[in-house]
Amino acid sequence: MAGPLLQVKNLRTNFFTDDGVVNAVRDVSFDLHPGETLGIVGESGCGKSVTALSIMGLIQQPGRVVGGQILFRGEDLLKLPEEEMREIRGRDIAMIFQDPLSSLNPVLKVGYQIEEAMDAHQKFKQRDAQSRTVSLMEQVRIPAARERVSDYPHQFSGGMRQRVMIAMGLSNEPEMLIADEPTTALDVTVQAQIIELLRDLNRELSTSIVLITHNLGVVAGICKRVIVMYAGQIVEEGPVEQIFESPQHPYTWSLLRSLPRIDANRKDRLRSIEGLPPDLIHPPSGCAFTPRCPFRLEECFTKEPPLEHVAAGQRTACWVTMKRAYEEMGAEGIIDTRPGAASRVRPPADEAPLPIASEETVG
Amino acid sequence: MAETQWSAESAPPAVLSPVPGTLVRVVDAVKHFPAGVRTTVKAVDGVSFEIREGETLGLVGESGCGKSTLGRLVCQLLPVTSGQIFFEGEDLTRLRGEKLRQKRRQVQIIFQDPYASLDPRMTVGDIIAEPLVNFGVVRGKAKDKRVQELLRVVGLNPYFNNRYPHEFSGGQRQRIGIARALALNPKLIICDEPISALDVSIQAQIINLLEDLQKEFHLTYLFIAHDLSVVRHISDRVMVMYLGKAVEIADSEAIYTTPRHPYTKALLSAIPVPDPRIESKRRLIELSGEIPSPVNPPSGCHFHTRCPIAVVPGVCSEVDPPLEEKGPDHVAACHFSEKVATEV
Repeated sequence: MAGPLLQVKNLRTNFFTDDGVVNAVRDVSFDLHPGETLGIVGESGCGKSVTALSIMGLIQQPGRVVGGQILFRGEDLLKLPEEEMREIRGRDIAMIFQDPLSSLNPVLKVGYQIEEAMDAHQKFKQRDAQSRTVSLMEQVRIPAARERVSDYPHQFSGGMRQRVMIAMGLSNEPEMLIADEPTTALDVTVQAQIIELLRDLNRELSTSIVLITHNLGVVAGICKRVIVMYAGQIVEEGPVEQIFESPQHPYTWSLLRSLPRIDANRKDRLRSIEGLPPDLIHPPSGCAFTPRCPFRLEECFTKEPPLEHVAAGQRTACWVTMKRAYEEMGAEGIIDTRPGAASRVRPPADEAPLPIASEETVG
Repeated sequence: MAETQWSAESAPPAVLSPVPGTLVRVVDAVKHFPAGVRTTVKAVDGVSFEIREGETLGLVGESGCGKSTLGRLVCQLLPVTSGQIFFEGEDLTRLRGEKLRQKRRQVQIIFQDPYASLDPRMTVGDIIAEPLVNFGVVRGKAKDKRVQELLRVVGLNPYFNNRYPHEFSGGQRQRIGIARALALNPKLIICDEPISALDVSIQAQIINLLEDLQKEFHLTYLFIAHDLSVVRHISDRVMVMYLGKAVEIADSEAIYTTPRHPYTKALLSAIPVPDPRIESKRRLIELSGEIPSPVNPPSGCHFHTRCPIAVVPGVCSEVDPPLEEKGPDHVAACHFSEKVATEV
C-alpha cells in the first residue's frame, strides 16, 4: 500500500478568547490513506470540526494552530504560504459543510457556482468546465440536471442543495473530501440518500473521505475506519467493525449504549453518560473522561493515558480499557452509570459533586 | 378509531362522555395558515386520534409534515381551523378565556430549543415559578420550596434557583424547561422534539428522566420527534404523519415489525443503525421525488406521487384513503396496505 495521503501529527489548535485560552484540539495525530473513508465522531465541542478546519487552513481569529504538522502527500500544509494553500484548497482537498444554504450564494445560478469552483483552479479549460458542470450534477444524481443548471439555490430542496455542494466539492477531482456534518440538517430519508451517494462516489472516484459527524449510525453506514474524539483528543481509533463490536474506551462504550436503536429491545433502559464534557479552558489533568467514567481508577485523575494499540488497528487511550472493565469490574451488569460506580473510586475530596446526576435521576 | 370519524354535518357535541382511559380525543383537526393571496398552507389536514391516559404517543414525520403544528393544536397554543380537541371529554376549541386557561393547566409543553425557550433575564427560580404565580397556586416561602423540589425532581441542584439560564448547558436547560412544565402537576405534556438539539451523551439523560417522571407522576406524553429510533424507544404507540395527514397509528412494536403504510416502511428503512454489519445489509427504500408543497397537496392519497406501489392514475390519485383498522390496535391509511409487506 502506498503511504498515507494525509498525516496529522500532534496537532494543537487553540482559541484565544477573553475568557482564556480554549484548548480545542489537544495533540491529535492520525493518518488518512488514499481512497479511505474515515469517520471522526464526537459531541459538540470535542474538536472534530476544528481539526478539519485546521487541515483546511481555515481557522479564524481568535483561533490559531499552535503546534504539530499536517502532512499532505508529505508536504506540511502549515508551512505553506497562503497563496499555495489557496491552490490546494478546493483543488486537492475540498470541504462540504452542514448547512448548504449558507454555503451557496443566493444570487448566483448553481451551475455558475459549480463552474466558478473549476475556474478558480484552471485545472479544466473553461469550455470543458461548462460541460462538466452538467455531468457533475448528474453524477450527484440531481434529476433534470441540464435544466437545473440555471436554477438558483432557493429553488432546490435541502437535500438537492447538499448535492450541489458535493458536486462543487468534487469539481476539481480532489484527492480528499472533508464532509463536516453533511447530513445533520436533513431529514432521515434524505440523509440516507446522501450517505448512499457519498459511499458510491468514494467507490467510483476513489476520493478519500473524512466524514465528521455526531451520528454513529451514519459512521457505521459509510466509514471503514473511525476516530472517536473527546475533549479535544482522540480517545479511540480503529476499523469501524472493531470499534462498534468491541470498543475499549469507556466513552465509546457508553456512547454506543446511550443510543436508542431501532433494532433494540425498547424496554431496555438507556445507559446515560452522567455529567458534562469538561471545560477546555481548564482541561482536567489525567484522562479528560474521568469525571464521567464509571470505570475509573485513582490514577485516571492524575495521569494522562497514551493512545496505545489494544488490538489489530485499534488504539485506545485508557488506563482501564473495557476488556478489564468486563473481567474485573462487572461491566456486563452495571446499571448504575454514576461516575466511578463500577470501580468504587469517588471524586477526590476537593472536587465538587457534579450538578446533575443527583440521586433522584439515577435509576 | 373508526367511531371518531364525524362528518361536517353531524358535528359532535361540545362535551363527549369521557371514554375511560382516553385523555385526549382529536377529531378531524384541521389547521390552515394563510400564505399570500388566496393560498393556504394545509399544515394539518384532517387528523383524528386519541391519546390514552398514562401512555406515550409518539408522533413522527419529516420536517413540514405538520407534527409540531398538531402538538400546538392539542394544547390550544394555536386555534384550529376546524375540528375538535377533547380533553377529558370537554372540547377545548369551544372554551374561551378563564375556562380555557384553567383547562390548560393540565396540558404543558416542552420545546425543542432549550436556548430560545427560557427568558435570559429571568432567574431559573422565577422561570419555574411563573406558572405557579400565574395560577396563584403558592406564594412566598411555599413557592420557593416548591421550586427547589421541582429542581431536585429533574436532577438539578435545588440551590441553583438564583442562577440565570446562560449558566447552564443545553441538557440542564432542558431540565429547567421540564421543571417548569411539571410545576402545575399537569396530566399531559407535549414534548416537541425535546432532545433534538442536545448532544448524544445528554439525550439519554433526558429520555431516562422523562421516563422516570412519567412513572412517578402518572404523566401522559405526546412525544414529537423526527427520529424514529428515539420515538420507538419511548413510545407505547406511534403515529406517523405525512403532509398534514396521519398515515399510520399502531403499537410501537407493530409499527416497526409490520408497517402497513408504504411511507412508514420507507421511513424505517432510512434510519441508520449504529452497527456496521447491519448497515452493510440495509436496503434503503428510496422515495422518488420530493415532499410536495402543503399549499397544494396531491389529490387522493397525499403520498401517491412518491409511493412505490401506488396505482396511478387510479384509486390512489383519486380517493383519499381513510385510516382503517389493519390489525389489533393498528390503523393505516392506504388502499393497498396488504401489499406493503411484500411489494415495498
